[in-house]
Amino acid sequence: MEITKRQELSEIARKIRIGIVESTNAAGCGHPGGSLSIADVLAWLYFGGEMNINPNDPAWADRDRLVLSKGHAAPALYSTLALRGFFPVEDLKTLRKPDSHLQGHPNMHKTPGVDMSTGSLGQGISAACGMALSAKLDNKDYRVYAIVGDGESQEGEVWEAAMFASHFKLDNLCAVIDLNGLQIDGKVTDVMDIAPMDKKFAAFGWNVFECDAHDLDSVEKAFTAAREAKGAPSVILSHSVKGKGVSFMENNAGWHGKATNAKEFEQAMAELRGEA
Amino acid sequence: MADKKATREALGDELTALGAVREDLVVLTADLADATRVEYFRHKYPERFIECGIAEANMMGVAAGLAATGKVAVASSFAMFAAGRAFEQIRNSIGYTELNVKIAATHAGVSVGEDGASHQCNEDIALMRTIPGMTVINPADYTEARTALRAAVEMNGPCYIRFGRAAVPDLSAEDENYSFEIGKGRLLSEGKDVTVIASGLTVAMALEAKEILKADGIDAEIINIHTIKPLDTELVCASAKKTGCVVTAEEHNIIGGLGSAVAEALSENCPVIMRRVGVEDVWGKSGSAGALLDIYGISAANIAAKAKEAYLAKKNG
Repeated sequence: MEITKRQELSEIARKIRIGIVESTNAAGCGHPGGSLSIADVLAWLYFGGEMNINPNDPAWADRDRLVLSKGHAAPALYSTLALRGFFPVEDLKTLRKPDSHLQGHPNMHKTPGVDMSTGSLGQGISAACGMALSAKLDNKDYRVYAIVGDGESQEGEVWEAAMFASHFKLDNLCAVIDLNGLQIDGKVTDVMDIAPMDKKFAAFGWNVFECDAHDLDSVEKAFTAAREAKGAPSVILSHSVKGKGVSFMENNAGWHGKATNAKEFEQAMAELRGEA
Repeated sequence: MADKKATREALGDELTALGAVREDLVVLTADLADATRVEYFRHKYPERFIECGIAEANMMGVAAGLAATGKVAVASSFAMFAAGRAFEQIRNSIGYTELNVKIAATHAGVSVGEDGASHQCNEDIALMRTIPGMTVINPADYTEARTALRAAVEMNGPCYIRFGRAAVPDLSAEDENYSFEIGKGRLLSEGKDVTVIASGLTVAMALEAKEILKADGIDAEIINIHTIKPLDTELVCASAKKTGCVVTAEEHNIIGGLGSAVAEALSENCPVIMRRVGVEDVWGKSGSAGALLDIYGISAANIAAKAKEAYLAKKNG
């Protein structure tokens, strides 16, 4: 990746993170940890040229789709969509309020740019399979992306979907597993170990790629390889840091589902603005 | 006597007919293509038939994804594994999303027969009825099932339709004035003493019960409520006001289904004496469909007995 593009995308990722912290702080709740871990991947998808979308026509039939199967990372998606021009950035401060189009978990009918309502874990990846199959049936070439949590992968439905995608050779489907290593009750390895994910997906017939979720060159490489892989669905095992970008949130399961207090907010914003 | 046919036959036949006119129609199954009769569609339109294997949760999500990209998706399974096992997928991925998925559930109720309690779903109507925006239809016979399915595919949004395994008389085929509209009950036979509200295979039983009651000098009004949600409250209340007592008859737990829906409507609008015929909150068991329906009191004789009881309670009240 060219240096200017990398700088541009990391600047966008930083803004996505600011949106995550600001929106959850304004809401007084939400899920900053697992939102911060996918900020760079979303920057790549929506700004790096990966996804074929049009913010002026969110319902465009031939667009690429993204299903945020780990729906609790909604603040990250909202922040990305706002920056991409789907709706005003100021809306982010209405997160989780009764009249807001930004619900606690994504709603496809309320928020422009949200392709599937999610929130109950395990279900989004199945819907992504349906969308990818639909493209095949219609001979369309749009791609479908599903971002799945590592804890979420403990849901049986994820593996039902994994079988399905491989059986129907959905090579227009790309699943991203956000391996941030933490879930509500602690470390994924302690709660219910999902390893080895590479061997599991390979055994299910998928093309497996890995990336450092916070190294944009590594992200680009994995997505490009996934796009080129034919005949089977692709999965990107995205090794991330939960809470990435805010020092006290990093690798701390406690920040899965709570917002900052006033002091923490100031510190988080100072870090993200590069003032700390 | 009308020809007897299982409503699941209507599912296979009507899907196949719809396939010719609706290119956006896709049909999904979870390893039950033959039993649910969606196999007929597979023969004609294999490219639009999606075998999901024994994975109902994923099937519902896939159906949602297909609908989100412009298809009308019919997801089929047994009622137990559709409404029961995949309840939350239906709620969140199909109901909350308001997507154009039709859940075609066969083998509902005790008339599943020999497979026994594990497969006899007496809870599906209750479960589906609580999902906001979900239309719930329980057709009475083959002709009504075909008409209902066509109407469901033509409407936009999620719909649950229940089909049975047991052969039932195709009374609608012989009804010259037959008409079907989602949400509109059908007044099959007028009467003044008691209202019998039936749905699904109990409709034919209710008409038989009318004849039994006649011998006792009781004039029963018979209503077919094929759409349990939205309920035709107007028709139900008009009849209740006229007769002053109501009996519901359904192949479902008396908790949560037609009986509950009617009781809710009556108690808020025009409370009258009421009795419910159905599975009385007990488990099913193995046996022939006919034997089980009798054992659980889902019969013309029991509908007549409950109707007489309601009538006498009103009269002596």
